[in-house]
Amino acid sequence: MRDVAVASFAQSQSVRRADETNEVEMLMPVVAEAVAESGIPKKEIEFTISGSCDYLGGVPFAFVSGLDAVGAWPPISESHVEMDGAWALYEAWVRLQHGDIDTALVYSFGKSSLGNVTEVLSQQLDPYYLAPLWPDTVSLAALQARAWLEDGHSDKEIAEIVSKNRLNASKNQYSQIRSQISPQEYLERPYRVDPLRIDDCPPISDGASAIVLVAGDRARSLPQKLAWIKGIDHRIEPHSIGARDLSVSVSTRLAAQKAGAIGVEVDVCEIHAPFSYQQAIISEALGLGASTDINPSGGALCANPIMAAGLIRIGEAAQAVMDGRAKTAIGHATAGPCLQQNLVCLLKGGN
Amino acid sequence: MSNQDNKSPAGSGSSILEAPNILEFPFSRSTGPVIGEFMTRLRAGEIVGAKTKSGKVIVPPTEYDPETGEDIEGLVPVASTGVITTWCWVASPTSKHPMDSPFGWALIKLDGADTAMLHCVKANSASELSVGKKVVARFAENRVGHIKDISYFELQGGN
Repeated sequence: MRDVAVASFAQSQSVRRADETNEVEMLMPVVAEAVAESGIPKKEIEFTISGSCDYLGGVPFAFVSGLDAVGAWPPISESHVEMDGAWALYEAWVRLQHGDIDTALVYSFGKSSLGNVTEVLSQQLDPYYLAPLWPDTVSLAALQARAWLEDGHSDKEIAEIVSKNRLNASKNQYSQIRSQISPQEYLERPYRVDPLRIDDCPPISDGASAIVLVAGDRARSLPQKLAWIKGIDHRIEPHSIGARDLSVSVSTRLAAQKAGAIGVEVDVCEIHAPFSYQQAIISEALGLGASTDINPSGGALCANPIMAAGLIRIGEAAQAVMDGRAKTAIGHATAGPCLQQNLVCLLKGGN
Repeated sequence: MSNQDNKSPAGSGSSILEAPNILEFPFSRSTGPVIGEFMTRLRAGEIVGAKTKSGKVIVPPTEYDPETGEDIEGLVPVASTGVITTWCWVASPTSKHPMDSPFGWALIKLDGADTAMLHCVKANSASELSVGKKVVARFAENRVGHIKDISYFELQGGN
């Protein structure tokens, strides 16, 4: 495999409602910052790819307008995935493996505030068996939470996860929920959709993120510290949530094995878990020990710009490596109902 | 984005052209030989599952074995009774939800099936629900061949 590194990462402040900016205006400063920090002149970026979701804006091919944030004239080589930006990064990594180009820009954005996002996302589900019932995202996550609890766990474990993420988010300038909560306070909160409390659910967020990837000698010629992608893989499970065991994540485990991320000492792991319980399931699938700092950013539980939140996890993990806070880091991303699909990206410093 | 397009600038008067933005999906879906048969049988008040080569019964049925991707062997009837495998409780239903009053969502493994299906469960309170509880499907009176031909599940033996 060809060596590919994250050369820069940028993200917007995650906000409840970015009324005054459209998607392009939200993206432009983020893309500009990532490109500037990478040290690669804009015109030398050879491949551009985005991740976004037409359902959020309710407009077909909404991603095409997102291109205005990049500038597609003179013509550029461009692609798009109707998925979180983490999967756009995967495609960029594959494209760089071809060996004929060295640089790629990955960006993603989501304005979840434009509609009732928990209802909107129910319409992406199976159109025959699920969508007509309008099972909202919170309810589906609650079914998974119950499955995990029934597997011999307690919400006291979740109380610790929620409290730690909120503490970390309070120190992250880009995060959205900045208030802290103690485990005891969490346990006293009422249920929103039993067994989920409001603090188990992510905020509704608007936001964007961007990463520049650089390969081979072009990467080694850059002056800054890089986060090298040592392994990346994604796996999917059956789309029917009743056809799998929701208390575990076999696709995360498999992706981690394929990415070489099992049995290695991990300093920082950013888990894409919009719902608190999902963090417990993913952490277990990755086999993380007590020495791993999980979600120093506060995670998607505290800032959840849909379609960007997964790419932000890879960016935060890469930033920890680039800042010298971690020798080895993992960025994880998820997609689909109840952790249907999972991506694991193993990052390391050095040359 | 279209939300913003529809907004007229302040003080612009009536000369600004406006157009409604109606979100719609103007297509018909064909259900195919497996889902179509499931819906047809549902209209008759019966539930069928897909039998895989390994002998498992998938409900609701898919055209393929979700574990291997292989074609299924055929459709087999299953019971309209089953057990809850996981559940949650919606204390404040939305206007889109299939029930007007507080209800449970559950994955229900029907008797004779190896996978569970999502539907709602009618109960008086969350305390009545638990994993392993027996439930029974209540069919709508006027059935049209749609997943909502099952109105809801309820606890077997009444609430």
